[in-house]
Parts: sequence; structure tokens; C-alpha cells
Amino acid sequence: MEFTEDQLQRYSRHIILPEVGGKGQKKLLKARVFIVGAGGLGCPVGYYLTAAGVGTIGIVDNDEVELSNLQRQIAHSTKTLGRPKVFSAKETFEALNPDVRVNAINGKLTKDNIKDIFGEYDIIVDGSDNFPTRYLVNDACVMLGKPLSSGAILRFEGQVTTIVPGEGHCYRCLFETPPPAGLVPSCQEAGVLGVLPGVVGSLQATEVLKLILGRGELLKNELLLYDALRMTFRKVKVPKNPDCPVCGQNPTITELQDYEADYCAPNIAGARSPNIAGGRAPHRPE
Amino acid sequence: MGETRPDRSINIKGLVCPHTFVRAKLAVEDMEVGEVLEILLDYPEAARSIPKSMEDHGQKVLKVEKINETDWVLLIKKEKD
Repeated sequence: MEFTEDQLQRYSRHIILPEVGGKGQKKLLKARVFIVGAGGLGCPVGYYLTAAGVGTIGIVDNDEVELSNLQRQIAHSTKTLGRPKVFSAKETFEALNPDVRVNAINGKLTKDNIKDIFGEYDIIVDGSDNFPTRYLVNDACVMLGKPLSSGAILRFEGQVTTIVPGEGHCYRCLFETPPPAGLVPSCQEAGVLGVLPGVVGSLQATEVLKLILGRGELLKNELLLYDALRMTFRKVKVPKNPDCPVCGQNPTITELQDYEADYCAPNIAGARSPNIAGGRAPHRPE
Repeated sequence: MGETRPDRSINIKGLVCPHTFVRAKLAVEDMEVGEVLEILLDYPEAARSIPKSMEDHGQKVLKVEKINETDWVLLIKKEKD
């Protein structure tokens, strides 16, 4: 493909980067990325991937835009209140960049549809706000061998990690099973600083672009922790667990399962000790 | 020493930065290592910035020549993919 005159101008700041260039920009235009959730994380991830010219973006969510979302969910607006989030986001993304095709799914991912949906994409981004989806997405990515950028937020703290099946850890290496319902505070109870998902989602989008370009170092076998109050970033090692039930040597989870969702908890580390080096909850201050 | 013959030529007269470099860089990307690109331009800033940027990107600048009142010719040898 040849760039159009508009594309040369739109992507000029990418093309002049040695790490991107015309070849890298063409990779972006051909890439297919699927975003789980059109909320706090999905909005900035989709926004920046659209701006970057990622050619095909899929996005799934089953919620409608509410006024309380607009403090942080930047793809929606007062004009789209009450509308399905995925259609609101699609409009915003398509207005930003007509090069990008947005496939909006107004519904839920389940064990029965997730493999077919993910199968059409190169990279998956998890911006979900609940454990059942988070585990379903992880397990599906491991089984399909799809790279996954995973992000989580709560209050003033965020976490990002990049899962490349076969090359590093997976989500279950970090937290083997979902916590019991009710153990972790709900997102409505806990609150979140509006800009926090913008930071974490931008980090996820950065990892996605690097995956597509094949440049730089990814958060493989690492969890990046961001503390907005202290303004600190810190990395902890996440070793691959050889006994992981889904990506280990003898996996016990070989079929997808739906977990019952009666809680909403974006920060998985909040109440439990993950399997990280040092063995303590990663978002707690030292 | 004979004149280096370019393998490819582009005319980017009328373009300003950064589009001058965008065009030049895309042309170099499409060439093989060892080939030489001739660039005709009339934006004075680009006559300075393109050679510098090309060197930053690992390419070799063979010639920067003002050929008349308004135009420059650059010769860039691709040394790095």
C-alpha cells in the first residue's frame, strides 16, 4: 500500500521516528486490536490506538454511558448519555481518524463467544472492571496464543502487565484464581481519580504499539505499579509459574469457564497476596 | 573521481518541514543498502535539517549543493536498513 497525502501528514511524526518509519506505520495500519471494555481504560487505549492509525479496532462492552462515567471515560460525552458505550466510543474514534475501522460489540464476552471474537485480532487489551471477565480473557488469550495487555486501576493506584503466551507469565501465574465475591471492595465504593485510567490506559496503548512494531522491551514477566499520590512507578518481577493451571506444564484448565459475577473489583491485588517476587501485595506502599 | 549517479531521485520542491524529511525518509526506506538517493528541494531549513537527520538515522550524506537561487540538491547513500 502507498500512503495517501493525508496519511503522510497525519502520521508524519511517526514516520520520522527511526523505530517506526513508513514500514512501522504500515504495520500499524494493518494491525487488528481488540479492547475489552469501553470504560476508564478502554477509552484512552482506543483513543490513542485510533490516533496512531491502528487499522482495525474491536471493542466490547454491555453498559450504557452514565453521567458518573464522564469524570474519566474520555471517549463519551454528555451528548451520548444513555447510549451504549461501544457506539459512543465508535463515534468518537471514527471522528478522530477515518483510517480506522471500529467493530463495536454491544454485549458480553462469554466462554462461548470469546474465542471466535479474539480469533480475528492480533492483540487483546483488557480494560475490564471485573474478575470474571479478567480471568476469561486471560485464559482465552493463553489458549489462543494472543498477546494481552492487562491494566487495572483503583483509587490512586494502577497496574499494567503484558502477557505474551509461551514467552512469559500469564494472569493466573500472578493471581491463580479469582477472589471470593465480596472480598475486594467494589469500584463504586472505592472510587478512582479521574486521570488515573488515562495514565494506565496510555501505558497499555504504548505496549500495544510496541508489540505491533516489534520494538522495545515489553512488561513480560513484570508488573508495573503506579502510585499517583506518591507519583512513583515501580516494577516487580512476575515469574512464570510452572504449575500455573492454565499456562503451566500440566494445565488443569483446558476449557474456558464463566465465573459468576456479583462483584465489581478492578484492583485484583487489593486484598490478596499475589505470586510475585517478595510475596506481598504489589500496590501497598513499602 | 566521477560523479555519483543516483539510483533514485525525488523532487520535494514546495514542501516544508517535516514533510520534506518524511518524503526523503520514505524514499530511503524503499531503497536497498548501498543505493544513492538524489533529493531536489527549495526549503532552506530542509537543506540543513535533512542531512543532519539522515546522519542521525545512520545514512551517509554525499553531497549538499545549492544549484541556483532557490534550489538545493542532496545526495544520500543508504547505509542502514
